[in-house]
Amino acid sequence: MPDIELKNIRNYVFNGLNMEIFDKELLVVIGPNGAGKSTLLNIIAGLVEYEGSVLFDGVSVNRMLTDKRRVGYLFQNLALFPHLDVASNIGYGPAVNGSRRESIAKRVDELLRLMKIEHLRNRYPKNLSGGERQRVALARSLAVSPQVLLLDEPFSSLDTGMCSCIMQEIKRIQKKLGITTVLVTHDMAEAKEMGDRIVAINGGEIHEVADFQRMYRYDPDDLPHLQNCTGCAIDCYCKG
Amino acid sequence: MRTKSMRLFVTFGNGSKRNDLLCHNPFIWNKIKSLRNILDGLIPIIIFILIWECIVRLHIVPEYIFPSFSAVMREFYHLTVNGVLLNNLASSLFRVLAGFLLGSVAGIMMGTVMGCRQIINRSFNPIFSLLYPIPTLGWAPLLMIWIGINEILPIILIFLCSFFPVLYNTITGIRSVDSDVIKAAKTLGASDRKILTSVILPLAVPNIFTGLRLEAGMAWRVVIAAEMVAIPTGIGALLIRSESLLRVDIIIVCLMVLSVMCLVFERFFQYIETKMTKEWR
Repeated sequence: MPDIELKNIRNYVFNGLNMEIFDKELLVVIGPNGAGKSTLLNIIAGLVEYEGSVLFDGVSVNRMLTDKRRVGYLFQNLALFPHLDVASNIGYGPAVNGSRRESIAKRVDELLRLMKIEHLRNRYPKNLSGGERQRVALARSLAVSPQVLLLDEPFSSLDTGMCSCIMQEIKRIQKKLGITTVLVTHDMAEAKEMGDRIVAINGGEIHEVADFQRMYRYDPDDLPHLQNCTGCAIDCYCKG
Repeated sequence: MRTKSMRLFVTFGNGSKRNDLLCHNPFIWNKIKSLRNILDGLIPIIIFILIWECIVRLHIVPEYIFPSFSAVMREFYHLTVNGVLLNNLASSLFRVLAGFLLGSVAGIMMGTVMGCRQIINRSFNPIFSLLYPIPTLGWAPLLMIWIGINEILPIILIFLCSFFPVLYNTITGIRSVDSDVIKAAKTLGASDRKILTSVILPLAVPNIFTGLRLEAGMAWRVVIAAEMVAIPTGIGALLIRSESLLRVDIIIVCLMVLSVMCLVFERFFQYIETKMTKEWR
């Protein structure tokens, strides 16, 4: 899985953003609404225009269109295909990439098992609960064996119980598959639960990068930007 | 099978057993419900026909002005047997199918291009916005001069009648597809063409079919009007000939046929739409 580098990224949100996401890590990007978190994911996926360079393992992917970047993207609203059943949703990626029918079926079975949703195979998205939809969307984004997994506030629509269950699931799968993952959230508790490393972002600028354990030990006064950026949540976590 | 039906018959005599049977057999329950719905719709029609028949039989209105339902049905039978009705219906049907098919296909294709490409939408939208409000029959005099009074005239009129609504409904359908769904397809590796055929068009189907369904009935209204004005064959022509002969019974037959054809066309598209989308809508 690649190391991702963003060099001097400029667009309508960012003004010279530089950051690095390490191989196989789960990086959490935290910040308030409008901070540029989703735009950051869209830049990595190639879904928005930008200047500067995005490098996967040192190789520029600037000229690479989204469909060639092999990125798994879990959208905030999940964006499942409503006209396809669960199996077809998951098999969509391999199908459009020209995989053979047998290998698509095999991959779908594998992911249904991994997500523990075999029983939902023939259901349509409208007949799924929030947690089930989440699992299907995650399975769909993993179906193309992505180099990078981008998760845009994946827990925002879930209740607390389901949220922590899906968090564990995503963490388990991320570790198992060793995919470089970027998770965007505005919730410090989620960041704490999920992240290997945390980036705090606000107004299109990086205000702090830290691994959570380091941050946890700091006095909040040492992290004024991060505190401003994420509000009282970071305050109490930093104080421990 | 026989035993089962006999059991059904027998248990219908007993209230509680009947209720048990109905409650526990959704198939029978649904059948009875749909039969009840049909009856609910049929009863007013039957009452209307009875009143109609009585009014004429009681000589409240003269029969040459308002023939009885039975007289209309007799004329329907004669027109069907001697082939007049079927020949004229076939002429009208051909025109409707040809014009509607061409108009719909052109509307869907143009709507797809305009819905997907902003620049083409910006270029064509002003001209289509100017042409769309013109009533279809308003084109008839112009088309009579340009192409003459022939078989092409009603086909082009129906083409115009179907094209614009299908076009705008297709554009609306395509525009209403969630942009995140399109982005999701992109991140999964789908090309623009694949996204169009596998995501955008299937999701635009309900809107496209709304246009098709509404215009399927309208196409029949337009063809009748065109045949009444300009074309010597078809249901519209039969209508206008009957008017000149004061044959009210034939006029009513033609109107009934027109009504049924409009309904059949609209229901056909409704059926196809339901078939295509009922699983996921």
